[in-house]
Amino acid sequence: MAFNYDSYLRLEKMPTLWCWGCGDGIVLKSFIRAIDKLGLSKDEVCVVSGIGCSGRFSSYVDFNTVHTTHGRTVAFATGIKLANPDKTVVCVAGDGDALAIGGNHTIHGCRRNIDMTLIIIQNFIYGLTNSQTSPTTPQGMWTVSQKAGNIDPTFDGCKLAEAAGASFVARETVTSPKKLEKIMVEAIKHKGFSYVEALSNCHINLGRKNKMQSAMENLDWIDSITTPKKKYDALSPEEQLNLLPTGILKQDTEVREYCDMYEDIKAVHQGKRGPITQDDFKKKI
Amino acid sequence: MAELREVISTGNDLAAIAAVDAGCRFFAGYPITPSSEVMHTISDLLPTVGGAAIQMEDEIAGVAAAIGAGMSGVRTLTATSGPGISLKAENLGLAQMAEVPLVVINVMRGGPSTGLPTRVSQGDVAQAKNPSHGDYKSITVCAGNLAECYTETVRAFNLADRFMQPVFVLLDETLGHMHGKAMIPTAEEVQAGIKPRKTFDGAPEEYRPYGVAQDEPAVLNPMFKGYRYHYTGLHHDAMGFPTEEIETCRKLIDRLFRKVEEHTDEIESNEEYMLDDAEILLIGYGSASLAIKEAVSVLRAEGIKVGMFRPITLWPSPEQTMYELGQKFDKVLSVELNQGQYLEEIQRAMGRKDIEKLTKTNGRPFSPADIIEKVKEVF
Repeated sequence: MAFNYDSYLRLEKMPTLWCWGCGDGIVLKSFIRAIDKLGLSKDEVCVVSGIGCSGRFSSYVDFNTVHTTHGRTVAFATGIKLANPDKTVVCVAGDGDALAIGGNHTIHGCRRNIDMTLIIIQNFIYGLTNSQTSPTTPQGMWTVSQKAGNIDPTFDGCKLAEAAGASFVARETVTSPKKLEKIMVEAIKHKGFSYVEALSNCHINLGRKNKMQSAMENLDWIDSITTPKKKYDALSPEEQLNLLPTGILKQDTEVREYCDMYEDIKAVHQGKRGPITQDDFKKKI
Repeated sequence: MAELREVISTGNDLAAIAAVDAGCRFFAGYPITPSSEVMHTISDLLPTVGGAAIQMEDEIAGVAAAIGAGMSGVRTLTATSGPGISLKAENLGLAQMAEVPLVVINVMRGGPSTGLPTRVSQGDVAQAKNPSHGDYKSITVCAGNLAECYTETVRAFNLADRFMQPVFVLLDETLGHMHGKAMIPTAEEVQAGIKPRKTFDGAPEEYRPYGVAQDEPAVLNPMFKGYRYHYTGLHHDAMGFPTEEIETCRKLIDRLFRKVEEHTDEIESNEEYMLDDAEILLIGYGSASLAIKEAVSVLRAEGIKVGMFRPITLWPSPEQTMYELGQKFDKVLSVELNQGQYLEEIQRAMGRKDIEKLTKTNGRPFSPADIIEKVKEVF
């Protein structure tokens, strides 16, 4: 039987503002199926989004929802989570949102390892504002702000998240919605900061001048630049150069989560334990 | 008369203690002189009472996390100084638009830019009126002594929940770092006076968080309790969803003004000091009023009849009260630690331009002698 999304959607908000063939809808549906699979009630979930096409995600789903300022998604969500540690907080952001204007908050959300999931809908371009260069736009592609061809080096958000301390890092594509759903289930279940990059198409703004005018051409290109982590790891550096690995790229279940550690702070101040010292941590520097 | 307790403390510490006594259970901020002690103190106090305090990665995140907690239903605080407000401005606009209550303490230092980090100023008074772009009505209170660092912070939390918006508490370097005796209400009395935000307890399908009377704030239930709605900085409808519908947009901004403008009696607070028989009116606020009071005593001992009017709520300004004072007094001197930011408001409210001014922007506080000299010079 086909999955019924209706009870999770704000149907009166349909149709979405997303363009015909946009991958954002696949991310949205994968997310809904993941929440359903996890058996979470709509009341215990908060979805926080930023600015851009992805920013509208929060208004379409029937949870506690917040549409914040550009790039600040994780910062707002940190307040929501730390004040309500037993609730599920999911951030949805775009590549420009989370990696350019909001880069600092992404880094520090990862570093704190606070228990939330950041889903980045990564379409390699600023879509809502019509084709400006994003930190993930490949060099040499046309953008409206670099019509001669983009010279800005690209950013690998997953590597950034790993280095910054996220305890769960994954990448999947909208061409594999089942895998995307599975990764979201794992990411939300994971206790810690989960960074999930969902590679999506924007044939309207990325594709129009980069020979991917249709959704299918853009999706084929995404498939052509991705490969599962297992295969990726077996390749030589030359072969890896123009590929992005997909799947779960990192999962560390040992490292402590922030809200959990904050309980220690409360215990110290309430006289239930002695001060926190370096002995409490395996990693000392 | 309510029972008072005697404490020896600083302005910054008193503000932090006040927040916790007033039911604040979340703080997020970023270190900045001269306000950091608010964070230092509240990060000890909050975990003790089961709350949480977090030092964020920057000023922007500090206010964002505080607003996030406020959205979820918790009484929430951030503290900073002028440069921090500049960075927080965009998110403060979101809190105005989405009607999220929070208290923002600004311990003012010399500006513009990095200015004079360790020295006093009242240079953020104009900024407090409109820190962010767009139209909204700021509520700003300004402590004039150590005790008020406590009492005005308490009042700010109740105002924030009453009007569902950020409320600024202006301190300055002098008050924030002043260490001395203060008589303040007991924590029990403050707790008894807490007026939490309104909530809706009817059927969720009948809930319209932003569908309220045109002079009332939004009714925003805490998250996670069965009342699901939407927060956004965009123009929004009764459920909080983005809209560009002409009448809805007009009514929203109109309401953001009217919810404050039609209830200024609940917000206005002033001190009148030796005004009854005065012939000269001095107007000042914040720590400057301490020097003004001393100057009033000295001048009166010399037979010069001066008195002081001190607005405690700066925004919205006590327009009518100032207008009446302007009718009563010919001789008016405005005293502030900036180039005359509030003077413009006094002139507007009084409907006259012939107001003398004493200003100072070198990072040093007024001494009573500055004021005595000015009064003798101009009147």
